[in-house]
Amino acid sequence: MSRLDVRKTYKLYIGGKFPRSESGRSYAVQSASGEFLANASMGSRKDVRDAVVAARAAFGGWAAATPYNRGQVLYRVAEVLEGRRAQFIDEVAAGEGLTARAAAGVVDAAVDRVVWYAGWTDKIAQVLGNLNPVAGPYFNVSAPEPTGVVGVLAPQASSLLGLVSVVAPVIASGNTAVVVSSAARPLPAVTLGEVLATSDVPGGVVNIVTAQTAEVATWLAAHRDVNAIDLTGVAGAEGVDWAGLEAEAAGNLKRVLRPQVAGGVPVEPDWTAAPGLERIRAFVETKTVWHPKGL
Amino acid sequence: MPTFDYAPAPESRSVVTIAPTYGFFIDGAFTRPKATFATLNPADESVLAEVSQAGPKDVDKAVAAARRAFEGEWGRLSGAERGKYLFRIARILQERAREFAVLETLDNGKPIKETRDFDVPTAAAHFFYHAGWADKLEYAGLSAPGATARPHGVVAQVIPWNFPLLMLAWKIAPALATGNTVVLKPAESTPLSALLFAEVCQQADLPAGVVNIVTGDGRTGQALVEHPDVDKIAFTGSTEVGKIIARSIAGTAKKATLELGGKAANVVFDDAPIDQAVEGIVGGIFFNQGQVCCAGSRLLVQENVHDEVVAKLKRRLQTLRVGDPMDKNTDLGAINSREQLDRITTLVDAGVAEGAERWSPACTLPTKGFWYPPTLLTGVAQTHRVATEEIFGPVLSVLTFRTPQEAVAKANNTAYGLSAGVWTEKGSRILWMADQLRAGVVWANTFNRFDPTSPFGGYKESGYGREGGRHGLEAYVTTTPATPTGATR
Repeated sequence: MSRLDVRKTYKLYIGGKFPRSESGRSYAVQSASGEFLANASMGSRKDVRDAVVAARAAFGGWAAATPYNRGQVLYRVAEVLEGRRAQFIDEVAAGEGLTARAAAGVVDAAVDRVVWYAGWTDKIAQVLGNLNPVAGPYFNVSAPEPTGVVGVLAPQASSLLGLVSVVAPVIASGNTAVVVSSAARPLPAVTLGEVLATSDVPGGVVNIVTAQTAEVATWLAAHRDVNAIDLTGVAGAEGVDWAGLEAEAAGNLKRVLRPQVAGGVPVEPDWTAAPGLERIRAFVETKTVWHPKGL
Repeated sequence: MPTFDYAPAPESRSVVTIAPTYGFFIDGAFTRPKATFATLNPADESVLAEVSQAGPKDVDKAVAAARRAFEGEWGRLSGAERGKYLFRIARILQERAREFAVLETLDNGKPIKETRDFDVPTAAAHFFYHAGWADKLEYAGLSAPGATARPHGVVAQVIPWNFPLLMLAWKIAPALATGNTVVLKPAESTPLSALLFAEVCQQADLPAGVVNIVTGDGRTGQALVEHPDVDKIAFTGSTEVGKIIARSIAGTAKKATLELGGKAANVVFDDAPIDQAVEGIVGGIFFNQGQVCCAGSRLLVQENVHDEVVAKLKRRLQTLRVGDPMDKNTDLGAINSREQLDRITTLVDAGVAEGAERWSPACTLPTKGFWYPPTLLTGVAQTHRVATEEIFGPVLSVLTFRTPQEAVAKANNTAYGLSAGVWTEKGSRILWMADQLRAGVVWANTFNRFDPTSPFGGYKESGYGREGGRHGLEAYVTTTPATPTGATR
């Protein structure tokens, strides 16, 4: 008789813990071919708000961690991700309807993407900052700092490579993140949460809410304690009005990373393309410090 | 304390010729004046000139002229040639510096020593600095390897009344250096230096339509930023209007940089050189009558030196000369408008009603014009309106703290994040504080310093984007692929 396997309960990832949605709701996640995969928590407005509280609490420590330390932690994420390779291949293949071989390529690219950003942490200030030669006896230096708590609408289609491609640049510079996962393909996001939880990423630095994007995105965009929002995940999300989200974000002047638009419609970027610095640049603030020189 | 009487030393206003009426500057020429309104000298309420109120059709014409220039001669020009135009403009501003200084003081009310020694020379310096960038943009690290940074196209710029010419320079110089064309709207109460700048563009033979200037009130600004053929907006002004602009461009391809309000903390530790700190505090809040978005309007002083600092501040304030802005000895000039004066008065009265103690030196204010004495508010609590709302006037709110952690918590306890100051002799504490303060500019043992090479701009609700320096160029370029004209944008 064959052994009955032990299935995983897919939950949220908030403040380093794995709670179910406070709403008690869940939804059935299906594979690309329509088979039942698992029940995922259906995150609510309250879950998003809890996640923001956790992200704010984690911000001071993560922003103050040395870039070298953040780089080591991110590299550790890549290590643990690689260690869970088989599980991610299964989830990506099922959710995105890929062959095992294609899914393996996606997972490898995701690991490499995290490694790429791990190497950036202690170079961001060197590349985006500089000394300013002011016309007077002053020391004057400009350097980037993290913006704060960043809301991230993760891509709907690319459930792992797209996900790490939007999360890694946010936390590399010292921000903390509240991530709303792909609505239809949330399982790799939950498993990524398990990777983060075992990679020395402090609790609260990344919070992942599996939810219907249209339901919770408004609350994230309007939240007064969120400093920035990445709207990438509006592409292909059902019932989401991204102009409305950007308008909500203006309430406290959030920095907004708009979706890529083609033909007037948001489209998901090509995640296999080289990322560039845009996603890091979108969520840093330049601070300039002056001090007189003299005897 | 003895004070010295100074004989009046008025600057002559004969250096500048003000026309009775002004039209707009569109496509290289001045239009016929229409629907005019008066711009006043705030020091005596006399009418300086009548300027025109631009409606949507005028804005249309200006944007169309800017579009033609962008797609025509200006767009084809090499960076080196663009730079040479900017060098020309810088030189003409220097040549006509006194004229600009006098005109600015008349229209704005700020002391002639500030326009002469700060506003105008710094404006010229901005053009000089950005001129050099025009043919070196590929060295500025604005785009990924292999990609090219391109100008947005037509930029709408709306500027405030507190530094009319300098804000114009902050806006126009980087826009032109990166190859954009501009429609600029100066503030309703201070349009004259921008209109004189139009003459500079003519003298420099700048191609028609590269710089267009439309005057008017908020309705003109709204028509400009909401114009569908504008690619990018640069706005300096209130956080309230900044949010309206951010909302209005939601869901479009328009980019915006917003330089908005502030409520800067100026933190004085007990080991600070108190006499120097007092000079810095005074410069931090009374420069330009405190009508500065980055003004050090919240003094956070360590409790054990509070009495000493306040006593020295009071002594110093008694030596400030308030009066005729055209007098070369004047330290504090007029408030820019009656509306602004009313706002200051209302907020200070609210502070007193909430329990703050108010003090001003004895000074005789002119009977005509808009005037407010330098004012200290002591015993201010974190919750008072004068500790949280931007006053934009010569009013300093004094609060205390005991530990560095408390200073940081109080300094950051604001929706704004434009600037901050730190005064201490301890180097490690300066750097620690600079790390902790959530503000775009931190002045340590100095305050209110500005330079074209130094990026300026805020965190949080003080807006986004930087102006000046290498970072300021970012706002004026895009790295996304060009879309054909008329395509969805």
